[in-house]
Amino acid sequence: MSDSPALYLPTDWRDFLSLTKPRVMSLVIFTGLCGLLAAPGYIHPLIGFVAVLCIAMGAGGAAALNQWWESDLDAGMKRTAKRPIPGGRLRKDDARDFGMILSGASVMIMGVAVNWLAAIILALSIVYYAVVYTIWLKPRTPQNIVIGGGAGAFPPMIGWVAVTGDITLMPVLLFAIIFMWTPPHFWALALFVQIDYAKVGIPMMPVVKGEASTRRQILAYSILLLPIAAAPWFIGGTGAVYGGAAVLLSLVFLALAAPVAMRRAEPGDGMKPEKRLFGFSVLYLFALFAALVADRAFYGQGAFA
Amino acid sequence: MSTHMTPDEEAEFKRRRKGRNTALALVLFFFVFLFYAITFVQFG
Repeated sequence: MSDSPALYLPTDWRDFLSLTKPRVMSLVIFTGLCGLLAAPGYIHPLIGFVAVLCIAMGAGGAAALNQWWESDLDAGMKRTAKRPIPGGRLRKDDARDFGMILSGASVMIMGVAVNWLAAIILALSIVYYAVVYTIWLKPRTPQNIVIGGGAGAFPPMIGWVAVTGDITLMPVLLFAIIFMWTPPHFWALALFVQIDYAKVGIPMMPVVKGEASTRRQILAYSILLLPIAAAPWFIGGTGAVYGGAAVLLSLVFLALAAPVAMRRAEPGDGMKPEKRLFGFSVLYLFALFAALVADRAFYGQGAFA
Repeated sequence: MSTHMTPDEEAEFKRRRKGRNTALALVLFFFVFLFYAITFVQFG
């Protein structure tokens, strides 16, 4: 490390930005914004903007803290070895301080400008991701992804609560959708990058319980996802525009998960079904939440009332 | 520190420092404006 540029050169601001995982953040911002737009009630556009900004800042802060804690693991995996800390472009302590400041500021601004319930849930989500998931459970249990999914599930709930100021069944369902979606989404990825996780000793499901068990669990969560994704329609929280989209998208998800569950990987087979499921899972979440907002717009509800 | 740097490294040092200072200034101005606007909305 003695010739690491981070020790004698100021870190490029882009490295601080990449510490916030901008690609993951795009999904966080999108689902947070959708929760905000779908919620019943009025929020001033500027306050709505601040709420989404705080959700993004909180997610960025948590991502920075995650990379501070995991920099040694990241250095051992091909996918993450070039991140700013293992790449030697950013000092570890700077990442920690940056993450703390970003997280703290996001919660305070949310509380002062929007409402304190949204701020408390935001604070919970940051602690959940940075401490409960990253520090405590990820290195200890193969169920880490199921637990980690909870962290990613908070944004639409926070967006919703920013408008309404209280927690009802709808924001809980939005939380549950992302919670159920995360394991098949991530395990599909873990199936084709599992060698990396094995190398650094993270107990990822395919490494610990084997491929067959992981594939079965992908299918189980995909089956559970269908009724939960459609639940906002069943309880009358949305109309048929969302309901139809939720059923259709979830059936496609299931149709792509089934071949992943039924097969075994052969050396050199390219893992196409797994890659296809992973690719579609990202599209699924974007499309589902877009359908939620489209539904509210169609029926003149939520932000469109 | 800069006495041990090659001219190239020193140029890189200055470029990065300037980039960071500019980014920080923009962020600070953004938040000043944001809080100004939030105050008006909250009391409006």
